[in-house]
Amino acid sequence: MSAPVALSGSSGEPPATTRVRIPASRTATPGQRQAFAEALAAWTLAGPALFFLLALYLLPVIAVVLIALTDWQLGGRSLTFVGLTNFREVFADEGFRASLLNTIVYVLVVVPSTLMLGLLIALLIESGRSCRAFYRAIHFLPFMATLTAMAIAWETLLHPTIGPVNQALAAIGLPTANWLRDESTALPVLAIIGVWQNLGYAMVLYLAGLKGIPQDLYDAADVDGADLWLDRLRTVTLPMLGPISMFVVIVVALRALESFDAVKLLTQGGPGHASEVLLYTLYRESFEYLRTGYGAAVAVVFLAIVLTLTVIQVRVLDRKVHYQ
Amino acid sequence: MASVSIESINKNYGQMSVLRGVSLSVADGEFLTLLGPSGCGKSTLLRILAGLEMQDAGSISIGEQVVDGLRPKRRDVAMVFQSYALYPHMTVASNMALPLRMRRFSAFQRLPVLGRLLPGTARIASEIDMEVTRTANALGIGHLLARKPGQLSGGQRQRVAVGRAMVRHPAVFLMDEPLSNLDAKLRVQMRTEIKELHQRLGVTFVYVTHDQAEAMTLSDRVAVMLDGELLQVAPPQDIYADPDDRRVAEFIGSPKINMLDGVLREHGLLDVAGSALRVDADALAGTHLTLAIRPEAFHLAHQGGQGALTGSVRMIEHMGSDLFVHLDLAGINHPLLARLLAERAPHIAPGQTLHVGVRPDRVLLFTRDGRRLRRQAESGYASVTPIRETGR
Repeated sequence: MSAPVALSGSSGEPPATTRVRIPASRTATPGQRQAFAEALAAWTLAGPALFFLLALYLLPVIAVVLIALTDWQLGGRSLTFVGLTNFREVFADEGFRASLLNTIVYVLVVVPSTLMLGLLIALLIESGRSCRAFYRAIHFLPFMATLTAMAIAWETLLHPTIGPVNQALAAIGLPTANWLRDESTALPVLAIIGVWQNLGYAMVLYLAGLKGIPQDLYDAADVDGADLWLDRLRTVTLPMLGPISMFVVIVVALRALESFDAVKLLTQGGPGHASEVLLYTLYRESFEYLRTGYGAAVAVVFLAIVLTLTVIQVRVLDRKVHYQ
Repeated sequence: MASVSIESINKNYGQMSVLRGVSLSVADGEFLTLLGPSGCGKSTLLRILAGLEMQDAGSISIGEQVVDGLRPKRRDVAMVFQSYALYPHMTVASNMALPLRMRRFSAFQRLPVLGRLLPGTARIASEIDMEVTRTANALGIGHLLARKPGQLSGGQRQRVAVGRAMVRHPAVFLMDEPLSNLDAKLRVQMRTEIKELHQRLGVTFVYVTHDQAEAMTLSDRVAVMLDGELLQVAPPQDIYADPDDRRVAEFIGSPKINMLDGVLREHGLLDVAGSALRVDADALAGTHLTLAIRPEAFHLAHQGGQGALTGSVRMIEHMGSDLFVHLDLAGINHPLLARLLAERAPHIAPGQTLHVGVRPDRVLLFTRDGRRLRRQAESGYASVTPIRETGR
């Protein structure tokens, strides 16, 4: 740290001419002026993005966290700060606990099933030669279509009396069920719809991933003796799809966590709490019962789960699947 | 160890014919290089040898065995790929162990957890470990066994790829441009290492490259390929000094060989670019021929006339010990390149008129359809011509 001292010491006695030209005003050196101009440009260019980031993402999150600490009701003129009361209430509520559990079960069923089926279909399409575009398109269709419209089709399919599912089951002598109104089948049926909906997305990503695997690796595996289907899959295909799989897991997990429309349209969380999921609880508490503070607390729990997933992705999985 | 015999191989991709009747035999323990520009079919031939692709016609035997239709793992060959093709998720040790694991373990013993519990697995695994370590140490990568390919430099990856090929002692080593992803300095170093490896192992090597320096320095014999055909198979010095085909002469050598058109005047005398050169040729007077003369075959002549070419100096490149002199010859639209010893040609300046001579035995003659025209009496003189190091 002696160098700066020495420098300032030497500049302490500048030549007289310098003192005449630059009076004791705040005239900046060219370097300082350029730095200021650069900083101004940087803020000007980043400003709009920063504003929208704050206004659309960060401030609402902060607002939700703050609301969760109050007893505010939507439209109410007054609010009281109640600390963690809302959270205590949320976790004491049997309905919420059922909803949380349902959500976890739903995610744990939908994510692995989507992954495995998506990969299987991608492998089948990739190994075949004909009609690839057709198979791709029909599997991707559910992901593109509005679930609101699709829900009507599902409702018809699963209708207890006129639905083709029950009619087909009855025709071959199997027991039928009131799929969406039965406690034991409502959530599984929703999970199947969830898989059906996300399958195409996983498949498209896996197809892209499969195309990206260098042929050389398969050739090397061939020469090394790993030339049977399962050996090739284990030696080359699955490890090379690691990064894609991680991405698919995260995206499908988030989509599964956020599932709402199918629940709202087909079961309304019922019967009882049998098919209630987090986002549906959040919606009902906030907008039907107008308990905004309580709803905000649910939202904060939801946010915590999503954040945890993201952190896991960045910190753990990312490093493991990129083989660095 | 095994010899390799390739007989009349044809290969087409749709309408395009990439290999046309290629026949070649590689002796046991020989280092043979397939040399040619990209797209000449040399990699395809190597892949057919490995069993990664099937020929449309022809037959391949390795050792005494005809291997047509056999899967790569049944052919007792190992291959080093241009991209190295290491498995990125496996450590160096696992990469090298894979060929052994695939051969020695049963399918059940390879199962992730259960396999370890089966009888014999532990013993075989420790044998494999030992062999991998021994091979890695021999290649100087013993300290890298726990790393993954992503953490290695290009040269280290290359060694791992060689190690993975070496570890199971194949009868034939196949190498597909293994050095082309390395920087120039490392390439020269690894070239030496591959040569040493071949001498140490004594097994048959088939090496594919487009780099003539690699082909010339490494090989016992070079097979020059162009457009799916084998043009010449010969030791490197013969390929350079005694090419069978005009295309071989043009492809080999840097700087490129000079090509001049001439007409035979009478026995042993050829009109070219306003001069008369003495050549060894048995052909009728009036025959149109192409002369090919290596740049270093020229020497400075004091006067024009018979046996010398005369031109004006267009440009001079100083290369230290040599000068590359570009000469404009009358009636020839591309300049002639002569490589002269700097100490013998000190006063050359652009614009000057220069005479360069060439010995008759250093002039290669080709007919108009590109075939070599050799003197009938003796055909071996060119192979005893001293070979000079060609600058690259």
